[in-house]
Amino acid sequence: MTITITEASIPTTTTTATTIPTTILPKRPGVLTAPQQPRTTGRMSVNDVMLMIGAGVSALSTTLLLFGRFTPLSGRLGFVVVTFLVFLATYAVLASLTETRPVVIDKVMNVLLTSATVVAVSALASVIIYTLWRGREALANSNFYLEDMSVAGPLDPLEIGGITHAIAGTLIMTSISLVITVPLALACAVFLNESRSRASGLVRTVVTAMTALPSILAGLFIFATWILILGFERSGLAASIAISIMMLPIIIRAADVVLRLVPGSLREASAALGAPLWRTVWHVVLPTARSGLTTAVILGVARGVGETAPVLLTAGFTSSMNVDPSKNPMVSLPLAAFVLVRSPQPTQIARGFATAAVLMILVLILFTIARVLGGRPPGHLSKRQARRAEARSARDVERTTTRHCEVAR
Amino acid sequence: MMTSTIPAIVDVGSGTPQPRSLDARRGRGDRVFHGVTSLSGVVVLAIMGAVGLFLSIQATQALRSTGLSFLTTAEWQPDRGKFGIAAVLVGTVLIALVAVVIALPISLGAALFITEVAPTWLRSTLVAVVDLMAAVPSVVYGLWGLFLLQGQIIGLSHWLNGWFGWIPFFDVAGANPGSPLSSMTVYTASTFVAGMVVAMMVMPIQCVVMREVFSQVPIGEREGAFALGSTRWGMIRVVALPFGRGGIIGGTMLGLGRALGETIAVVLIISPRFDVNFHILEAGSNSVSSLIANRYSESSGFGLSALMAAGLALFAVTLVVNFTASWFVARSRSGASS
Repeated sequence: MTITITEASIPTTTTTATTIPTTILPKRPGVLTAPQQPRTTGRMSVNDVMLMIGAGVSALSTTLLLFGRFTPLSGRLGFVVVTFLVFLATYAVLASLTETRPVVIDKVMNVLLTSATVVAVSALASVIIYTLWRGREALANSNFYLEDMSVAGPLDPLEIGGITHAIAGTLIMTSISLVITVPLALACAVFLNESRSRASGLVRTVVTAMTALPSILAGLFIFATWILILGFERSGLAASIAISIMMLPIIIRAADVVLRLVPGSLREASAALGAPLWRTVWHVVLPTARSGLTTAVILGVARGVGETAPVLLTAGFTSSMNVDPSKNPMVSLPLAAFVLVRSPQPTQIARGFATAAVLMILVLILFTIARVLGGRPPGHLSKRQARRAEARSARDVERTTTRHCEVAR
Repeated sequence: MMTSTIPAIVDVGSGTPQPRSLDARRGRGDRVFHGVTSLSGVVVLAIMGAVGLFLSIQATQALRSTGLSFLTTAEWQPDRGKFGIAAVLVGTVLIALVAVVIALPISLGAALFITEVAPTWLRSTLVAVVDLMAAVPSVVYGLWGLFLLQGQIIGLSHWLNGWFGWIPFFDVAGANPGSPLSSMTVYTASTFVAGMVVAMMVMPIQCVVMREVFSQVPIGEREGAFALGSTRWGMIRVVALPFGRGGIIGGTMLGLGRALGETIAVVLIISPRFDVNFHILEAGSNSVSSLIANRYSESSGFGLSALMAAGLALFAVTLVVNFTASWFVARSRSGASS
């Protein structure tokens, strides 16, 4: 609200002061005489924007002079960095002309925080765009998705050969890992939350420790036991087990956190109705945390799909299609990308980038699904879920009332 | 005198009342449930234990033959009995440190921007972007680093070497930064470039932890600072940063743990060398995980157990780093609730 003190109101105060002694505010000239304007705190003012533009133009021209005329500086990266530093200095000096020290620091820090975020976001954008750009020629050919590499040598053009074998390999390996990890991880997360035994603390510590396991060690473990000691050959199954060892602790920890967020009142309400523990978990805790659990699994899958190091050690490498996970080498998308770009042939490198792009898009899709499902906290239902729950309870009401009627009769 | 009498439903007089046992016996369903969940806990424990135990047992074979010189030898020739992790471990730690030093300001700035500065409509988008960054496979970052970033970074390496070459870290053997004819290839495949790429992977992990902590800053303290006339940065400095200190340290160390174990991006970028090399701008470096990735196939039984010993040493380091991280997070004010 604007506080205005008009000239007219002051004499009346002084005249009353002659009769009744009251505190008189000393009149500070020039401060309160002008009507005050409310300060906007949220948005940037016009002044701020002008300050930014001024500092930006000044920085750009200074750096252009520096690079072109005065010093033998060169390089794109250097140009950006020097421009930024000059901008920061100019901005601080310009702001200090009108503002106090804390405000100047605040403005400079605002710029720094914003630019840190810009750097992070542009790094991600650069990764995505560059990968798609380098892989564009291979991605444009339909044979890239329909053929495997057994028909194409390294010197063949991009119109021949593709990565069907790697796509199939990734799908098979991920499915096997899911079959292994999901039941085990969810049961273990329930164990961590529902069991009152001291063992759950131990399990939780070990699981936490295992999230620190470098992925290559999971591969080395399977390589040394499954392949060298037990004598199985390198196969999709071996790779799936290695990936499962990586995914297991990730999913358990994420699911553990989600289950802990289920309100205790829901558990108690279920117990108070006389439900045994397993019914409470099955009908109350798990459905309540469903979206969070799905997110946990999908994030684990996203991690498992992109794992290269364990697959490198355990799956072997092949350029032809293999859908049997139990024998013969099988290749996954990240491994195919890794091997392809290490070739000196430009076409192979283009294929490698395209493979990486396909992998990235796959992860992006998984991630989007996880966001859509996991955006809600436990217990919040989507519109369709809410409708279903409503219908269910309506049926329950009908059933119980009819039963009451029967009993009454 | 009036007394209220309790109506006797059971025949009280016939026996002394017994306290009823409140221990509800588990039904069959619950027994099965308990058995299944406990079994899963045991299986997980067994798998994880097997990995740790197997690595240790295999590694002891190699460690017994070398003893303490395992830590000081830089060479890697297990078949001739001369091998150690001095070079690879130093390389691993240097790559991870470069990564964290580069990633820390960016992740801290981004976390503060997302929680404190960004307008509400932008916030959820940025959160999704950072989460997505954490989900991008490391091989994609590796390709990007090898083909795009390396070319850009060489100029920076050259510049650093030219101006700060007198600092031992930035010294490059065989480089002559003053000469315009000097070859740039002495700066490729270095610890610095690898660290830069790993920084891109570490940054989102750190950022997620820090953002989580900053979002828990008590609203009362935040508004209190504003009510006292603080600017936004003033509030961040006196309220958010002290509150989130544990999360900042913990998140940083979590990123460090990830950086230590990174394999594929490092394998793609560095050219392996086996001497203790502190010159981060110089071509050639090494790390434990890239050593394993490069050597596992050509190793004999003994060579493999030597690799396991190296892997175990790496695991020990990441374990210590991760547990220190979670200790910092749990001990801090912000972690007390979780």
